[in-house]
Amino acid sequence: MAAAISIANLTKTYANGQHALKGVSLEIRPGEIFALLGPNGAGKTTLISIVCGIVRPTSGSVLVEGHDIRREFRAARECIGLVPQELAIEAFETVRAAAAFSRGLFGRAPDPACVERVLHDLSLWDRRDDILMTLSGGMKRRVMIAKALAHEPRILFLDEPTAGVDVELRRDLWELVRRLRDQGVTIILTTHYIDEAEELADRIGVVNHGELVVVDEKRALMKKLGKRQLTLTLQEPLAAVPVGLAEWRLALLGNGHELQFTFDAAQEQTGVGPLLRRLEQLGIGWRDLNTRESSLEDIFVSLVGRGARA
Amino acid sequence: MSLPAFNRHGVWAIYRFEMARFLRTLLQSVLTPVITTSLFVIVFGAAIGSRMAEVDGVSYGAFIVPGLIMLSLFTESIANASFGIHFPKFTGTIFEILAAPVAALEIVLGYVGAAATKSVLLGLIILATASFFVSFTILHPLWMLAFMALTAVTFSLFGFIVGIWAKNWEQMQFVPMLIVTPLTFLGGAFYSIDMLPPGWRTVALFNPVVYLISGFRWSFFGTSDVSVQVSLAMTAVFMLACIGVIAWIFRTGYRLKT
Ligand SMILES: Nc1ncnc2c1ncn2[C@@H]1O[C@H](COP(=O)(O)OP(=O)(O)OP(=O)(O)O)[C@@H](O)[C@H]1O
Ligand SMILES: [Mg+2]
Repeated sequence: MAAAISIANLTKTYANGQHALKGVSLEIRPGEIFALLGPNGAGKTTLISIVCGIVRPTSGSVLVEGHDIRREFRAARECIGLVPQELAIEAFETVRAAAAFSRGLFGRAPDPACVERVLHDLSLWDRRDDILMTLSGGMKRRVMIAKALAHEPRILFLDEPTAGVDVELRRDLWELVRRLRDQGVTIILTTHYIDEAEELADRIGVVNHGELVVVDEKRALMKKLGKRQLTLTLQEPLAAVPVGLAEWRLALLGNGHELQFTFDAAQEQTGVGPLLRRLEQLGIGWRDLNTRESSLEDIFVSLVGRGARA
Repeated sequence: MSLPAFNRHGVWAIYRFEMARFLRTLLQSVLTPVITTSLFVIVFGAAIGSRMAEVDGVSYGAFIVPGLIMLSLFTESIANASFGIHFPKFTGTIFEILAAPVAALEIVLGYVGAAATKSVLLGLIILATASFFVSFTILHPLWMLAFMALTAVTFSLFGFIVGIWAKNWEQMQFVPMLIVTPLTFLGGAFYSIDMLPPGWRTVALFNPVVYLISGFRWSFFGTSDVSVQVSLAMTAVFMLACIGVIAWIFRTGYRLKT
């Protein structure tokens, strides 16, 4: 099947000289949930804004369902719904009018039943005649999503949909995202909550300093870059890692009570067996042992470096 | 599946949205211009006008009515159109317009169409108000409507440009205050430019507003400072200039897209 979105060599230099994107190429598959991760200022919003027609690219090309976003902007934009990062919403309209407005704007004939369905999906139906200004922040975010869905897009961009929302809404949104995916909607979301990507995404792309550092299936990514950690709780604390253990990558934690060994889970020879034998030879006893698989978060941090996360 | 070449639902959505805003604030929208006009007609027409000679065979009170309507059309068109596009820029909701499958022409039709509609409605309300205070006849009603519509559209286009250009609300006030009001007062809203000394008369002819007021006044009284053809031609030139600027704005993304 052809790509839902195909981005080639995309660059963006803002007027102030900021190189927000430095040659990004990416294919989004139809029907997938794609999570874009990256620290603040990495270029995620810029990338999304270019695909949606809000920011002009400096160079490169973007095709949406095969349509060039500039030459065939109508066909390209018609399939896209966008929920931007910033809350921006009309003040004096009613919830229902705002959704109907968005539907019309995207060239669709009025369809009250469809608008009603979308408002139900977002638990907004009871508030349909409320003035937007009077809604809470979380409600406004729901309205923004309703507006993006009102024209029944086949591709949905969610730029940090769960920033600053409560746990319940977050769960609701996850459920909504899965439901949309089941209906065949392609979803691209950005998030700073790694557990969200871990929970939802089929594939993950990590952006850093305007470059796509890695793109892969979530599972493959975790396997490929996944580290495991073995933590041994010692019977007697150590002052330092003994010289005899220098060949393993060890860290001494918990005031010398814990010995931590980080190893690559994908490797044939993990080194765990020899390490345990050497400990026995050296007479270092341990009381407890536990291993942990690294989360996406660890992977992410190792990719973009701790410094960049500030 | 592709959209038809014209997104009429999009135009209609914008138009309706803008008209809804007008209706929400109907009282302010209508009351201010109506009161201002009434004051002008009472003070200049009735109080001072009674001591003034007729202008081109028309009583002074009646003579200023077309000028007053034009003055309102200018300011209201600019205010409505500039506000209409500036507000979404200000609140950030413009992202939706930029991301939607609407072409520049459709965006302009929606915003400018709505602003011009409001202005014409207002012009007619002011006309009705003025008729309570002074008596006048309209010799060419259709031309009167045509001039009204043409002026409303032209100045709404201009207002649309101001709304995109303005970086803040101060700049939004600035253009009407500093350019439009003086041009209107100097453009013969309250006198015939024939009354000016010859040198000033020549200067006045560089003021585009002169042509609009002159043509509009002709549709009332059949007399004018400059010929009707020239009036129409100059209005068209101004309108085309605005359309040219707007086309450039959308091509370059000036103050709309980074
Ligand atoms: N309009 C603009 N003008 C100039 N620079 C900009 C503009 N918008 C973004 N930038 C810069 O481009 C870079 C990428 O910004 P972008 O908003 O795409 O990052 P992001 O990955 O979405 O970050 P966040 O996680 O904080 O939302 C940043 O350095 C930012 O300062
Ligand atoms: Mg962002």
